[in-house]
Amino acid sequence: MGDLSNRTLTRPELSGGPVNLSRRGFLLASSGAAAGSLVLGLGLPGSRARAQEAMAPGTRVPAFLEIRPDGTVRLLSPFVEGGQGVFTAMAQIVGEELDADPATFVVENAPPGADYQVMEGMPGFRITGGSLSVRTSYAAMRRLGALARAMLMTAAAAQLGAPVSELSTEPGRVVHAASGRSLGYGELAPAALDLPVPDPESVTLRDPAEFRWIRQPVKRLDVYEKSTGKAVFAIDAQVEGMLHAAVQHAPRLGMTIGTIRNEDELRAMKGVHSVHHLPGAVAVVAERWWDAKRAAEAAQVDWREPEGAPEPNLRHMPADFSTDAFGDALERAPGDGEEAEAKGDAPKVLGEAETVVGATYRAPFVNHAQLEPPATLARFNPDGTLDLWVPNQAPDMFQADAAKQAGIEPARVRVHSPLLGGFFGRHFLYPSSNPYPQAIALAKAVGRPVKVIWSREEEFLRDRLRPMAVTRFRGTLDADGLPLALEAVSACEGPSEAISGRDKDGKLDPMATEGLTGKAYAIPNVRVAQIYVQNPTMLGYWRSVGHSMNDFLYESFFDEMADQGGQDPYELRLRLLAGNERLTNLLKAVGDLSGGWRRGPFTAEDGSRRARGVAMASPFGSEAASIAEVSIEEGEVRVHDLWQAIDPGSIVNPAIIEAQVNSAVALGLSQVLLEEARYEKGQPVARNFDMYPILPPDRMPRVHVRVVESGAPMGGIGEPGLPSVPPAVANAVSHLTGQRARRMPLSRLSFES
Amino acid sequence: MELRINRETYSVQSEGDTPLLWVIRDELGLTGTKYGCGIAQCGACSVLVDGVVTRSCVTPVDSVEGSEITTIEAIEADETGRRVVEAWVAHQVPQCGYCQSGQVMAATALLRESPNPSEEEIAAVMVNLCRCGTYNAIKAAMADLADGGERG
Ligand code: FES
Ligand code: FES
Repeated sequence: MGDLSNRTLTRPELSGGPVNLSRRGFLLASSGAAAGSLVLGLGLPGSRARAQEAMAPGTRVPAFLEIRPDGTVRLLSPFVEGGQGVFTAMAQIVGEELDADPATFVVENAPPGADYQVMEGMPGFRITGGSLSVRTSYAAMRRLGALARAMLMTAAAAQLGAPVSELSTEPGRVVHAASGRSLGYGELAPAALDLPVPDPESVTLRDPAEFRWIRQPVKRLDVYEKSTGKAVFAIDAQVEGMLHAAVQHAPRLGMTIGTIRNEDELRAMKGVHSVHHLPGAVAVVAERWWDAKRAAEAAQVDWREPEGAPEPNLRHMPADFSTDAFGDALERAPGDGEEAEAKGDAPKVLGEAETVVGATYRAPFVNHAQLEPPATLARFNPDGTLDLWVPNQAPDMFQADAAKQAGIEPARVRVHSPLLGGFFGRHFLYPSSNPYPQAIALAKAVGRPVKVIWSREEEFLRDRLRPMAVTRFRGTLDADGLPLALEAVSACEGPSEAISGRDKDGKLDPMATEGLTGKAYAIPNVRVAQIYVQNPTMLGYWRSVGHSMNDFLYESFFDEMADQGGQDPYELRLRLLAGNERLTNLLKAVGDLSGGWRRGPFTAEDGSRRARGVAMASPFGSEAASIAEVSIEEGEVRVHDLWQAIDPGSIVNPAIIEAQVNSAVALGLSQVLLEEARYEKGQPVARNFDMYPILPPDRMPRVHVRVVESGAPMGGIGEPGLPSVPPAVANAVSHLTGQRARRMPLSRLSFES
Repeated sequence: MELRINRETYSVQSEGDTPLLWVIRDELGLTGTKYGCGIAQCGACSVLVDGVVTRSCVTPVDSVEGSEITTIEAIEADETGRRVVEAWVAHQVPQCGYCQSGQVMAATALLRESPNPSEEEIAAVMVNLCRCGTYNAIKAAMADLADGGERG
């Protein structure tokens, strides 16, 4: 906590505190000056906070837990909730060891700080992403619950005059069986949480065989609030004296404001407070957002072409950029690429082969299209500190960058992380694509709190894209029609190398090719390579990252090879997974779930011609296999059923897993059926959902999920359900129509009914 | 101009052509109704106007003067709305939750109009977008509610 120890967070006056975050305001107001007590109303003495400054992340119990007199438990989660259920999972894990029913928990996102950097193997790092949350913090959060329980028992021992060894707990209470006495956690908390935290090694964790809440379909904690409009998102944040702002972005990134021809008129428009020239954007501040938006839209701006080289991490959008032309350029990209994975000698085998199967596949750019448009509220306080209500997947990174933008010390920036109205990778630190730099600049300029909301149109203009890829496949078969060699050369740029720059030592971005690499099939000669082509677009992470497209590319070509060799694609997969018990079981599980593998085409009860496709993926430490059943209706692909078996090793909440698989299936289908972010003349063709359709309810199939627990190390859940879906659908469509679908979205292809 | 919202009368200052959504959210501070697209594509902004589900982002505020408007904030004051919320909780419908105010409003409007709707009626009305893909959970909750209507 060293870097936070000089942080002053006592602010007696919080009259301007956020309306809907008043409890945190109260807690801040009542806390001491020490950093450790920043979230707690339970007077943790400053001296003790200092004495414990060197504690390992995830062990300072009072930084995470507050137990109120009524026994409810407030937990600060290292991970942000955006629909994936992580708040509930955290309550289950901590509650299991604390011995407190998760239903008694209130969970909020923790502020920045070393205490919350609990991700195993990633010291000093904190994100919500990569489907990492539960699997990297499971041990730490269990230990945290156990430490808190030990503290409650120690406090109870003193109050009951009985040795700890005679005490036990039942949910929410410490019990002294010998005397029949007990004390509620709420009664014990003031004394307990003032105690020194015991040695983390001293606590024993519960035997998993005795789990009450972990592995159970515990109800989510946030569902009632989200069903009644009470849940608060960044876009809803309100503080006293707040102004609203809307922006008009330059049509292309890198352009700057020349003049605003009607600036005086804008200033005179109803409700307008002021007009501001920001980097690449006109901002209008007004009493109400609609007035701000109306004026921002009315601004007649002479945009100036970019001059000089772009700032680091910024790309100037060329005036003639077209995604179709860029795809063609990727297709023509010369060379064999840099090797990401190799086994045997694929180039040699392919070179000597009599017959080579070759195909080129395409995956388009896609938008995040989370339903909540980005919004940020910034407030400078009289003491020079900054409060920021900002949707984010990485509070510490936002704190550091916001501090830079505001010109103050990071410790003087308080980051509030509200619930996310969907994220899917949208809320990582993308300064040119997030409104917080604008909110900070405007709040500073007008001397009042300012909330910036990007209209949906401005969001589509500045959203970061999931990379595009054009992948050239070659394969050859042995005499029995089994794959002997496979080569995938993908022309693309990975999201990480796009965001942080290429590795100086020439290491490739693994996210560029994940899903082409890491396949378990026993093909003796394999080569996966990347031809790095820098994109003129700003790239970002999208749910399932490289896997979101690469498994589509690979698994579709796999079926082409199966067809070439006269093999059934399901049987061929089983055969090439022989000896791999985990994946064999998984593939059989999804086959079972679908009533037994049948590829079709067949005629369904309603008379439609249908076929099924199968695909697998190994994303984010989990394994998944999908089967899709499709027909063609009026030239459009209809997916009727989607079966998925998923093996995350071991689980925390089966109900949340099922919900997450449904969600991932929906996004995977949306992508394969409909989504493509197209640019023409340097500008996105779609600026709203009318031109960028996302999966509507009437195209959602029945989804059948089977969770397989192989006992392998715990994998992720938020993303792994997605990657096998697009290829399962594409394989079914290709088989049904006899026409190989080699690009997403399928809406770009025409089919006959 | 005076507006009737959730059985209370508010006097509002916004221009007549301001979308109802922004009057509700900014001027009245009722932020349960959400902005998703502003062009009647997503349904996040759904409210009831005289019982009819309405996309408030494209509804000029002066067009609803004299109408009885219901927002998500008052949903549990309505018997049908309360049942919808219960079903949403029972089926654990929301994920990120951002679209759900609108989904609940649309469901309530339908069930008030038609207590046991057919699958087709449900499909025709429940058209709001959900980026988290909660469609099957919504369907299951609606099927329960439709049955419940039959029994009751
Ligand atoms: S915000 Fe009104 S329909 Fe999308
Ligand atoms: S629950 Fe997230 S958009 Fe519907």
